Amino acid sequence: MTYEEGIFYVVAVVTVAGALGVVLARSVVHAALFLILALLSVAAVFILLSAEFLAIVQVLIYGGAVTILVLFAMMLTRVRDLPQPSDGAQRPFAALAAGAFLGISVLAAVATDWPGETEKITVVTLNELGEALFRTWAIPFEIASLVLLVALIGGIILARSEEGE
Amino acid sequence: MIPIENFLVLSAILFSLGMYGVLARRSAILIIMSVELMLQAVSINFIAFAVFLYPDQFRGLIFAIFVITIAAAEVGLALAIVLRLFRNRATANVDEVDILKW
Repeated sequence: MTYEEGIFYVVAVVTVAGALGVVLARSVVHAALFLILALLSVAAVFILLSAEFLAIVQVLIYGGAVTILVLFAMMLTRVRDLPQPSDGAQRPFAALAAGAFLGISVLAAVATDWPGETEKITVVTLNELGEALFRTWAIPFEIASLVLLVALIGGIILARSEEGE
Repeated sequence: MIPIENFLVLSAILFSLGMYGVLARRSAILIIMSVELMLQAVSINFIAFAVFLYPDQFRGLIFAIFVITIAAAEVGLALAIVLRLFRNRATANVDEVDILKW
């Protein structure tokens, strides 16, 4: 086992532990903190895949913005003060479905004969990525900014207080 | 080096955990957090395929960028809906929101 694989296994264990915390923690705030752990270790996985730009974006957008947003929503809805809904009845069914999906996808990942070199990572430089994003994928890029604008306006209209009504 | 299967299995585990969370949880905010986990798993898969299998095209990296963008928009909208739900019904429990059910 090379040292890279060792690092990968450490990061993978932290990621899975964080994800387990998100789906199993009783307190909502604990779940949110576990989510931060999981998202940051996914950024580490991106670095292992030598996608540094995406790792930075991940830390900025997920580690920063999304988790802050979730914590704000928790404060505003005061979910902590409410009695926590116990998620009992659907648990066995959910575990069965998720386990079946896990089994099938792991089997598919291991059994498939991947084309090309599956041991070697080819580093894509930031220059190439930027060229592709702003030349080949310019129209999807602009549409994504439109989607963000619509989501922004929609979020404001949904969440503002209703004085006028 | 790390073989591609490791990343694929990690992503499958993350996706299944998110799936379990979406199916089992009842608080709307926890469901949104589980959806985020599933999106992360998809991003890992996209990037792994891009850097291992088709490094000359790297569409996977572009797709991962778009996944992150859409996830940010989705989380903002979903939390606004949860906020609205809480204001109108004083609950964030998805089981109690059954106005559409006869």
